[in-house]
Amino acid sequence: MEIPYTVEVRPDTGLSNGKLGVWLFLSSEVMLFAALFSSYILLRVGSTEWPHGYQELNVPMAFFNTIVLISSSVTMVMAWASLKMNQFGKFKLYLGSTILLSFVFLVVKYFEYEHHLAVGEGPWHSTFLAIYFTMTGLHGLHIIGGIIVNSYLWGPGTKMWKTEPVRFTNRIEIAGLYWHFVDLVWIFLFPMLYLL
Amino acid sequence: MENVTTAGHAPAGAHAHGHAHLHDHEQSFIWKYVFSQDHKVIGIQYTITALLFLLFGFALMALMRYQLAFPMQPIPVIGSLLGQANAPGGIMLPEFYNQLGAMHGTIMVFLGVVPLAVGGFGNYVMPLQIGAPDMAFPKLNMASYWVYFIGGVVMLTSFFIPGGAAQSGWTSYPPLSVITATDGQTMWLIGMIFLITSSLLGSMNFIVTIIQLRAKGLNFFRLPFFVWAQFVTSFLLLLAFPPLEAAGVLQLMDKVAGTSFFLPSGLVVGNKVMERSGGGNPLLWQHLFWFLAHPEVYVLILPAMGIVSEIIANNTRKPLWGYRVLVYAIIFLGFMSFVVWAHHMFMTGMGTTMSSFFQTTTMIISIPSVIILSALFLSLYGGSIRYNTPMLFALAFLPMFGIGGLTGLPLGLAPSDIHLHDTYYVIGHFHYVVAPGTIFARCAGIYYGFPKVTGRRMNDVLGKIHFVGSFIAINGIFFPMFIQGLHGVNRRLYDGGVQYAHAQPVLHWNQFMSYSAWTLMAFQLVFIVNFFWSIKGGKAVGSNPWNATTLEWTATSSPPLAHGNFETQPEVFRGPYEYSVPGRSTDYFPQNQRD
Repeated sequence: MEIPYTVEVRPDTGLSNGKLGVWLFLSSEVMLFAALFSSYILLRVGSTEWPHGYQELNVPMAFFNTIVLISSSVTMVMAWASLKMNQFGKFKLYLGSTILLSFVFLVVKYFEYEHHLAVGEGPWHSTFLAIYFTMTGLHGLHIIGGIIVNSYLWGPGTKMWKTEPVRFTNRIEIAGLYWHFVDLVWIFLFPMLYLL
Repeated sequence: MENVTTAGHAPAGAHAHGHAHLHDHEQSFIWKYVFSQDHKVIGIQYTITALLFLLFGFALMALMRYQLAFPMQPIPVIGSLLGQANAPGGIMLPEFYNQLGAMHGTIMVFLGVVPLAVGGFGNYVMPLQIGAPDMAFPKLNMASYWVYFIGGVVMLTSFFIPGGAAQSGWTSYPPLSVITATDGQTMWLIGMIFLITSSLLGSMNFIVTIIQLRAKGLNFFRLPFFVWAQFVTSFLLLLAFPPLEAAGVLQLMDKVAGTSFFLPSGLVVGNKVMERSGGGNPLLWQHLFWFLAHPEVYVLILPAMGIVSEIIANNTRKPLWGYRVLVYAIIFLGFMSFVVWAHHMFMTGMGTTMSSFFQTTTMIISIPSVIILSALFLSLYGGSIRYNTPMLFALAFLPMFGIGGLTGLPLGLAPSDIHLHDTYYVIGHFHYVVAPGTIFARCAGIYYGFPKVTGRRMNDVLGKIHFVGSFIAINGIFFPMFIQGLHGVNRRLYDGGVQYAHAQPVLHWNQFMSYSAWTLMAFQLVFIVNFFWSIKGGKAVGSNPWNATTLEWTATSSPPLAHGNFETQPEVFRGPYEYSVPGRSTDYFPQNQRD
């Protein structure tokens, strides 16, 4: 049994199943993070004392991480474009770079966390650190999810390139949409937690 | 489908179940019935699991009703089985009563009623009604069921850990839920995260399937109303559940990482100031919780409206009155359900501006509900009604949901809500919506859809006994709650109000309600016997026993094909409810018939 519109586009909707699916998934993710951002606002407005992010957190490290994530998004697009141009070797290189950059992000994040935990200032220390750890932690889980998906598509998943190249290219596009979303969340997290 | 084909090569499975060759792909038992990717099998898995959870949730309540009717008396027979930690000498402890209450609500809503309607009926019927070979993502569909299953197991396991299950109500309001020393609440939160993930996977899949896999000619205004109901419901699940997931993560942090998201500064527990950083806000939880939980009410009720509409059109043998109006009303209902949540919070002191806003939106949302109910009532007018079991349940849904809805109006207005808040009146109100409303619609759906799944009809006499008994008993439970509530009897009282002077004039209702509840349970035995007996012994029927018009009855046999659903891809030429079209020999005009 074949499910229609897994590869080709349905004429009257102009969409393939996977692409519509990932946009719906992202809309749900938007609601998840929107709830957390709203919680941040509510907690901050209702608090008597709230530190500025730059007093508590390491802005240069986070700035470096922002650059890392944006670069990983760029290489993700390049990976997709390479497949579109039928250059499989370049695709491997670019998607590999995305995965590598994701690990760089996590390593930097580890040192940031370590710095706080070393002096005993975990999420229990203040509401600011609580929301910081929760939101960056949840974002970190999304990064790990992305690494798993991208590694599959970089490794065993490439079998599909030989049999169904169009479908494989679509998968990279869909993984890319997710990855850009994860990047975008960080673009909001960075100023909100570190700069304001 | 790859791994199904691979599994088909496994020699053991192929031989062991070779006799059940419904199809040329031979699959081992485990891939065919356990980790199935066929929407019909998954639909049945959901239905069975959800029905078991409904029974379990009902049993919890049956126990609680003993304590309410005969406070502080040992429960006969069952009391000794509950364990010394929960019911020493057979007398239920308050902590255990609270666990039963919290888990009754959680199980009924998140593990019973919603999975039955969406995961069960939606999964089985919707792809057949739109002429799709399966759901758009069969593997996600399977994952959605198993994640739901794990969530259910986590919830059930929590009864057996030291300290027992969650005991802060299904709403889990902090600070109480956070400061309670036992781990039940942590289990509850973990279970909820599984259930939310499951509903995310399911709702994505439903929306993509409805948009992408409709048969040729089946445009949106030819969709059966049931499909519309599932469509709107899926959007509610997709967009309203994530904020509760966020809230769940925050409360989990409060429980396990020592944060204070929901704990204000200077909280005193047991005459000691809590050693927490403080600075949190308990109201934040209520906002996030009700942002889900109000749309959740519509997740319960919209599929019920969908089921009832199908059955009413079919058994009045005439088109639904105002199909387009119904569609616009249900979409509007979906939108509005996102902006009424704080009518649950009039008592929190959030200010008159907020209260005015939310009572206005609450009054507005009653308009589409009334439109839908009126359209369904008007659909009855002038019809030659067939009074079979599914139709009786569908007809009963209308006034029962009507009572549930109308008694909600005083709760939606802040001045009257202040008197009624947290009394049995509220319990009566939402149970009229959910139990004789929604669950009656589910019963109607089971009796109506049974021939689709098994090729046999359920026994009509037993069905009518089940209906009449349930109808009388269920009103015996919930109507006295309005009376008690208007007298100010509080909900969640362990002894049912014995200690309160103002409760004395209405206390005698407690025994009446409990006897009604146990009677209701007894009548469900009729249903259970009928259900299992009819699988083998019911009257065998053709593929379209109700003479219906929609694709699930007209384009495929009953039970449908194991794979791909349709022999030939159906094409649709007309709207869903073309009954009694003048000048035709039959009184139904199938959607897939050219002329």
